[in-house]
Amino acid sequence: MNNLFNYIEKKSPIHDLTGATKLVCLFLWSLAAMTSYDTRLLAVLAVLGIALFPVGKIGVKDVSFMLWFTLVFLVLNTILVYLFSPHHGTEVYGTCTYLFGMSGHFAPTAEQLFFQLNYILKYFATIPFVLLFVCTTNPSEFAASLNKIGVSYSVSYSVALALRYIPDIQKQYHEISQASQARGIELSKKASLIHRLKSASAILVPLILSSMDRIEIISNAMELRCFGKNKKRTWYMARPFKALDYISIAVCALLLVISITLTVVNGSRFYNPFK
Amino acid sequence: MKKLSVKTIVAIGIGAALFFVLGRFVAIPSPVPNTNISIQYGLLAFIAAVFGPIAGALAGLIGHFFIDFSYGWGVWWSWVIASAVFGCLVGIVTLKLKLDEGEFGTKGIITFNIGQAISHVIAWVVVAPVLDILMYKEPANKVFVQGITGAIINIITTAIIGTIICIAYSKAIPKKGSLKEEN
Repeated sequence: MNNLFNYIEKKSPIHDLTGATKLVCLFLWSLAAMTSYDTRLLAVLAVLGIALFPVGKIGVKDVSFMLWFTLVFLVLNTILVYLFSPHHGTEVYGTCTYLFGMSGHFAPTAEQLFFQLNYILKYFATIPFVLLFVCTTNPSEFAASLNKIGVSYSVSYSVALALRYIPDIQKQYHEISQASQARGIELSKKASLIHRLKSASAILVPLILSSMDRIEIISNAMELRCFGKNKKRTWYMARPFKALDYISIAVCALLLVISITLTVVNGSRFYNPFK
Repeated sequence: MKKLSVKTIVAIGIGAALFFVLGRFVAIPSPVPNTNISIQYGLLAFIAAVFGPIAGALAGLIGHFFIDFSYGWGVWWSWVIASAVFGCLVGIVTLKLKLDEGEFGTKGIITFNIGQAISHVIAWVVVAPVLDILMYKEPANKVFVQGITGAIINIITTAIIGTIICIAYSKAIPKKGSLKEEN
């Protein structure tokens, strides 16, 4: 399971933070990056996020696969934005400066290029932090931290159950799919799309029926142990807060405050150098 | 909020795990980024139909969150929330169906499919693009094209897979009054 979520066990200040702290920081950070389109703030967030990697002792090698994935995604999205609305930047910034003496629908404008730069920066402001979170947070601690930040414990327990059963269901899916393929069900590219969907459901039916049995068994076992009787419960993976936890939350909260202040000061979510 | 029953809690957990496995390992990419030909919505519609709107919403939310999370591209909140909305809507539309009592006839199939189609349209053509515009200030026509493509593909996959699963499940359950006293 740890493999699946790319958790890398190491000893570092970031690993030592409690899961709840990291979750709160992730929320504050993403909110900060989400509200503002201010180039300066996004640049600071991007640099800060990347600078945290050595602190967490995570190398480029550890996340290279995910980075590639994200880069492809980013390039595709950037091209799409340009293809669909080459004048989005002009609308956002209110001016129109054609570059290289060209004009027409697809001619590059300074505003559009600046908007796209911001768009890319926005990715770089959030993605390193999420990657870091994924690499340094033990999935088992995740449910405990959800409960700590105020999510009701039954819902947190659902999250814990999901994490617990993902590997089991994955294994079962694999087994059923191999068994079906041995009986001649085609899932590869040779079959047509509709045909493939039909074959997929031939695997799904046994998988889901056995999962329904699983639900029955687990809920019976939990009811026998009086789950949900008390108002609170304790978590094996929960840890107490330390000084560093409070400091990190404070720093991330500060970033959010800066982001909101900048939005108010700029009068919009964008930083406009064209005025 | 009404207290969740233990069975619903477990159903949310297992449903989210199934949603994750199907979405993460069985996805077929489509030409438009962000949108996979994803069979997990058939499953989500089924979970919502059997266990109700809260289970549907939370299973979608948790499952989709974990998918984004494990890819590491950042959690795309607008789409995660749209998944939850879809689960919730299907749950509401299918409240009257008694799937867990083994009843899923022609009428049930029609209700289920109309319900899922409407829910998909609301989730992907309204909720996801609007949130994309509000949160990320993306150009409107790009997100609407992505949303409409997603909605069409999801309606087709849910219609095929969701219906098949529901029929199979309802057949596996003995119907009320299916036992007769022998003379």
